[in-house]
Order: sequence, then structure tokens, then C-alpha cells
Amino acid sequence: MTDVVVAGVGMHPWGKWGRNFVEYGVVAARAALQDAGVDYRDVQFVSGADTMRNGYPGYVAGATFAQALGWTGARVASSYAACASGATALEVARAEILTGRCDVALVVGADTTPKGFLAPNAGDRPDDPDWLRFRLLGATNPTYFALYARRRMALYGATERDFAEVRAKNARHGLSNPNARYRKDFSVEDILASPMVADPLRLVEICATSDGGAAVVLTSADYAKRKGIAQPVKVRAVSTVTPAFPQTVIEMPHFATDSGAAVNDAVTPFKDSIAQAAYEEAGLGPEDLSLAEVYDLSSALELDWYEHIGLCKAGEAERLLHDGDTTIGGRIPVNPSGGLACFGEAVPAQALAQVCEVTWQLRGQAGERQVEGASVGITANQGLFGHGSSVILST
Amino acid sequence: MSDSSTSARPRVPAVEGWFTTDDEPALLGNRCTTCSTVFFPKTSFFCPNPACSGEQFEETKLSRRGRIWSYTDAQYQPPPPYIPRSGDYTPFAIAAVELADEQMVVLGQVADGFTVDDLEVGQQVELVIEELFRDDDNDYLVYKWKPVAS
Repeated sequence: MTDVVVAGVGMHPWGKWGRNFVEYGVVAARAALQDAGVDYRDVQFVSGADTMRNGYPGYVAGATFAQALGWTGARVASSYAACASGATALEVARAEILTGRCDVALVVGADTTPKGFLAPNAGDRPDDPDWLRFRLLGATNPTYFALYARRRMALYGATERDFAEVRAKNARHGLSNPNARYRKDFSVEDILASPMVADPLRLVEICATSDGGAAVVLTSADYAKRKGIAQPVKVRAVSTVTPAFPQTVIEMPHFATDSGAAVNDAVTPFKDSIAQAAYEEAGLGPEDLSLAEVYDLSSALELDWYEHIGLCKAGEAERLLHDGDTTIGGRIPVNPSGGLACFGEAVPAQALAQVCEVTWQLRGQAGERQVEGASVGITANQGLFGHGSSVILST
Repeated sequence: MSDSSTSARPRVPAVEGWFTTDDEPALLGNRCTTCSTVFFPKTSFFCPNPACSGEQFEETKLSRRGRIWSYTDAQYQPPPPYIPRSGDYTPFAIAAVELADEQMVVLGQVADGFTVDDLEVGQQVELVIEELFRDDDNDYLVYKWKPVAS
């Protein structure tokens, strides 16, 4: 099979800039093209990750970015998969290369977000569970994050201090990251003094909504070799699996789980299955990893991810954290970028931002946050409506 | 002028067909007549069990009692389409409740007057019907989970 490589990556810094999302996407795309040393006119396929909050141009992000960069006749696709949109756009581009239809693809995601809680689009939609959960329950995204956090406390004895320590670690990781929105050191005490939003989660432990853009240039390994692209990073796996029925863990934006009463097939829990599929494709396992970028939508969720991606058994994540294993310099650093804690979420860009960070780490270009000798990295991410993604990259 | 809290204002469900409002209120799900899987909210047209091609469903009441799987609260007022109740915003609790017979977890607000300090994972709760919000004409009702006195 043709190998696909990351030839270049680029980002527009995360923030609350309040400008058109297209600008962030173009800045990120140009940075990625420059990083790869690829002329934009050589790109044969533009794969956009959609934003739902910026009107029609956001729904056709591939074409929007292609036009902004200049029409060249390249094929386009636009993908939406909630928080996993970036990974889905990456997978669409990779498939184009794998089938031999193109050698060079550009993947772009960018967003401009409103202030405050992410809320459904306007208009009455009583058939839409995402609308109904706000109307009938007042259930925001942090509601679900908090349910998992409280469950972790009840099952494993996790404490609010444990969650705060995750946040403090990620704050330290992100301090020197030029693309991070929040570069501020937080002590555990600062975090525990932050206002409670959704018990047991506090304001600074819940991912903010950000503006930002990220882009990846994917090429065939042959093309990278022919063009002498420096330090291409191998795409070993892209997982975009969906849950298996019955899904018995409550997930956004739903009111209830599937019932496990009539169909009692033992299925792999969804968040475990996301990384499992990636490991299977890559022929690698958790023991091979140098680092992980996981979706810390809340401080507590990062601990869940340690287990979902197989860094430890269920209930052992707190020990991993306290032993310093997941801190830069430890056995398996998690979120060396600073994670969502330092970025906030720019939905269609976020899964691509994870790929950018792993790429910089594997090339040894991550500066003060560099994980020494990094050779394999994984990303893990989850969105609502049954979306999730995991990407494995290696040197 | 009559006091709206004492006058007989119409009480209507905030959503049709999701729960009964009698003395022993229950959630209304439906059951696939082919594979017997229960769904809440009701599914329509096609059975979501991938091994089943069922298209017929019968309405079924869900268990009125369950145990708290997890819980949280909303310290800040949620954005629209959430409709705030009159007066100053009062945080409310939300519970995910495990129903033993159905082997499913159902989210709901927790009954008025209870905060997260009153809740524990594993605690037994019962379905009640309470006000969600009101307008000039009606009180709109929703199901909530109420801790069972032990």
C-alpha cells in the first residue's frame, strides 16, 4: 500500500480574535504549505473541515478555503463530524492519496466561535436532540463532562484536587506554546478557587470556545521522497469509528443510552474502540507511544482518556498523573501542547491541531515542550452524535 | 389581580408523548416488537438495533425508579433554547439515572429543592412531574428525578 506522510503543518494561533474563520484557515494553510515546501498550485485535493457557526461558507469549507487560496481546479471535499471534523477531513484526503488519485492534498479547518457555552443554532427544532437537551434539561456540554467526572470520583475515588492537578500540568505544558490561547501558570489552589460551573468541574477546568485554524499537507511517501521533503512523518492510522450497539454509556447530546436489556452483546465501549481501531491499523500498541494528545474537554476527561487509549487500566489514571508519567519528561507525556486547557476548542481545527503538535514533536521541533526522542504519537478526540477520532503518526 | 401561583393555570407537558402526568408518572418509551429492545425517547420508523429489521413499536412505560449513575448541576443559566423560570436564576441539579430492568441510563433534572449536596451515586430516585418553565398562559411540565427518602 502507498504510504501517506505529513509533509507540512501550520496553525493560526488560537484566541478570541473575532475575525472571519476563512482568514485563520488561509494563514494556517499557507504556513503548512511553506513548512512542506509545496507550491499551492501543486495541491490536487483540498479537504475542508466544516464549521456550523459561520453560515454557508462554513458548510462548504473545502471550497471556501480553495477559493480564498485561489481556484486551481483542484478537487474539494467538505466534512463535518463535530469535534472529529478535522480527522475526518484528514481521512478523506488520505483516502484520495491511498487510491492513487492524487499525490498532494491540503487539509484545513478553522473556526470563529461565539462567546460562552456552545449552543444549538437558532430556530425551534423539537425533533433535534441537541436542541431538546437545552430546552428540556438545560444540559450544556459541561453537564456531560461533569457527569463523567463525578462518576470517576464515585468509581475510583478521584478527587477535585486530582482534576486540578491535570489542569495545572497542562498549564505548565502550554506556557511556551506560541499557538496556545492561554499561557498562564495555574497552581492547584488557583484552580480550586475558580468558580464551580458544573459540579465538580470549575471554570478553568472546562474547555473554552476559541477561534483558530490548523492545516496539514499530506502527500504520498513517493512524492515526499521525489521532492526531497525534509522529515516526512508517517501517517500510520486514522480511526473515525462509530459506537457499537448497544451504546450503554451516556453521550452528548442524548437523553438516554441504548438499552442493554434485550441485546446483551458485549461491545467495546466507544471511547476505547476509537484508539483500538487506530492501534490495529498501525500494528502498534500503547507501549510503543512516545506521547499522546487527547481531548481534555475537561480536566477530568483527560484521566478517562489515559484509560481509553490504554496507557493504564481503568482506575489507574490518577496514579499515572501523580507519578509524573504524563508530564513532559515522564514516561508518556500527555498533551505536551497544553491541550484544550490552553487552546480552548476551535471545533473543526482541533483534531488537526493535535496532528500538528504530534508532527512537531516527532520532528524534534517543539521547543521547550519537546518530548525527548519522540518516535510515535497518538491523538484521541471525541465529538457528539457518535463521532470520534484517533490518528497515529510515527517518524 | 389573581396570584398566578394559586390560580388554576393550565399545566401542559413541555414535550408531547414523553411521559405520563398521572399520580404515578412514568417515562414513555417504545419497544420493538421484533427484538424487544426498549428506546427512550421513542424511536420511529426503523429499529436502531443493527441486527433487527423491525419497523413496529409498542409504547411502553419505563421503570419509575432507578439509581443515580452520576450527577451534576448548572451553576450558570444555560443558553437558549433553555427557558429560564421566573425570578432570579436558581441553579438546578441534573442526574443520570440507571434503570435496572431496561439497563439504560436516562438524564433528567433533579426535583426542585434538591442540590448536589443531597445526591450520591447509587442513590435511589423516583420519577416526578414538575414545572420546567411558564409563560403568560401555561405552566410547562417536565419529568424530574426525586431522591427517595430512605
